[in-house]
Amino acid sequence: MNQTISQTKPKSLLYLDGVSVSFDGFKALNSLSFVIEPGELRAIIGPNGAGKTTMMDIITGKTRPDEGQVFFKGDIDLTQRDEAEIASLGIGRKFQKPTVFESHTIWDNLELALNRSRGVFPTLFYRLTVDDKARIEEILSTVRLSARRDDLAANLSHGQKQWLEIGMLLAQEPELLLVDEPVAGMTDAETAETAVLLKEIARTRSVVVVEHDMGFIRELGVKVTCLAEGSVLAEGSIDFVSSDPKVIENYLGR
Amino acid sequence: MITSFLLKSLDRSIVVVVAILLGLAIAIPALNLLTAPDHPLHVPTFLVSLFGKYLTYALLALALDLVWGFCGILSLGHAAFFALGGYAMGMYLMRQIGVRGSYGNPLLPDFMVFLNWKELPWFWQGFDMFWFAALMVVLVPGLLAFVFGWFAFRSRVNGVYLSIITQAMTYALLLAFFRNDMGFGGNNGLTDFKDILGFNIQADGTRAALFAASALTLALCLVLTTAIVRSKYGKVLVAVRDAESRTRFLGYRVEHIKLFAFTVSAMMAGIAGALYVPQVGIINPGEFEPGNSIEVVIWTAVGGRGTLIGPIVGAILVNGGKSIFTAAFPEFWLFALGGLFVFVTLFLPKGVVGTASAYLARRKAHRRAADAENARDNLVAEPMAAE
Repeated sequence: MNQTISQTKPKSLLYLDGVSVSFDGFKALNSLSFVIEPGELRAIIGPNGAGKTTMMDIITGKTRPDEGQVFFKGDIDLTQRDEAEIASLGIGRKFQKPTVFESHTIWDNLELALNRSRGVFPTLFYRLTVDDKARIEEILSTVRLSARRDDLAANLSHGQKQWLEIGMLLAQEPELLLVDEPVAGMTDAETAETAVLLKEIARTRSVVVVEHDMGFIRELGVKVTCLAEGSVLAEGSIDFVSSDPKVIENYLGR
Repeated sequence: MITSFLLKSLDRSIVVVVAILLGLAIAIPALNLLTAPDHPLHVPTFLVSLFGKYLTYALLALALDLVWGFCGILSLGHAAFFALGGYAMGMYLMRQIGVRGSYGNPLLPDFMVFLNWKELPWFWQGFDMFWFAALMVVLVPGLLAFVFGWFAFRSRVNGVYLSIITQAMTYALLLAFFRNDMGFGGNNGLTDFKDILGFNIQADGTRAALFAASALTLALCLVLTTAIVRSKYGKVLVAVRDAESRTRFLGYRVEHIKLFAFTVSAMMAGIAGALYVPQVGIINPGEFEPGNSIEVVIWTAVGGRGTLIGPIVGAILVNGGKSIFTAAFPEFWLFALGGLFVFVTLFLPKGVVGTASAYLARRKAHRRAADAENARDNLVAEPMAAE
């Protein structure tokens, strides 16, 4: 297994090998290894405490692993960088709870997320260009919020906030998108629409989705990785993974 | 680039406040200097200095609003930057005394002669020149804020912990400046100033000019802070206030964003202190009292946090109230201040200006909705009239 993983490293977009981290003696990740290919849409499932969110924390630089390797695009070592740097390398993250800037308008939320220079002085003297305007309009229609551009983000419904956050990630133009439970608390119609949206997004970039909703994952129809107790339990198509006896025992059976 | 940056800030309410400040900068000195003392509109010199002092407090509150109102950094140490700016100005004023001091020493200020010091300490060099002192007024608070902020923001010290260490900072400076061997006049501070830029500091004309300078500086800083908060950088500031980790994961270096605002704010506080000292005639370590910094927070909260105009209004209202109250019922002032803070927190959480502007916005929206309805009615009515 390790052999094949190190061979795939140069071509991979995201490469985790033997990543472990523990908090106060609790092993949140236990020698976790997996690889995301460029352009791949991957779903990650697993029971609570399996280490899904910790894995995202490690990829985005919020948590440092105790051991193991994390590489982006083959040779960029993510364990040496902080959140802002990793974000500007092209990794976007959506939180479990929708997190948008509530006292800004939808438009301003997207303007802030837009992939432009992030320094103090470039932002101080920033002026909205025609290109940037067009890009924001485009994202607004992708996430179906064009009509509400001038409303405060605080006034959006829960589902719309989720979409706005996905829109903000799109504005960031990441190569890899990490999405934590995007359909939690959504209606069935919203869930179906979100699946369409994510598939649309995955056409141009890699997306990793952490989700509990098996129906949603079936709708995505992609390769699934099941985590348990901090390492990979099974990997493959949804039918393959959900028929695995270990997965049934650890996750689905409960 | 700079002009368009500043032009962005010129919205109506800011223009009104700037115009009022410019008007005051002309009117108050004119009423003081050009009217006879028994004229009904005459403004006595002590009032000119008192109003000037309020304006420097207003500038301090404006500086705090930039970091607290817009970036959520509740600094409980802003009076320290104010006092440092004040000390830099005080050192210039001390050097201007020269042989007119009680001991007649041309180089050493009185307190150094009294302490038997033989030569001027290195950090007093250069303060005989106004431009150097003026530079220090901005640089010293700015540098302290930069170094302090660099460590605090990089270590991600947030919320109440940050407030506590800013209190510790101002308290440490208080203790340091109390010591005689620090070289800043110890307990007594710096006082007995004679003149500034060659003008007698007690003269009516100088007092009027200092008032005008305070009003103009406040107006300028208001335009500058408005331009800052209206820029994309200002939106990032609010983003940091509302969802810090979201901002971080979007790729912003939150520590740099905070550091810039904190440093600019400290520099503005320093300028406020420098304008304050010649108008009150003394600077002593008491200005570093932790309570002073907390009072600034109260002014800002009373006026309206995150509104820029609010802190100016709050500082003037509270200090005006303080002047009247402490003259009429001196023993009740602290109760009144505490009561005011409780009242504002409970009933006007957005402060005076915040509440007023929310009310106006609501009325405007209401009127617009009514207009839209009328327009619709007219549309329906018209075809009928045509028939």
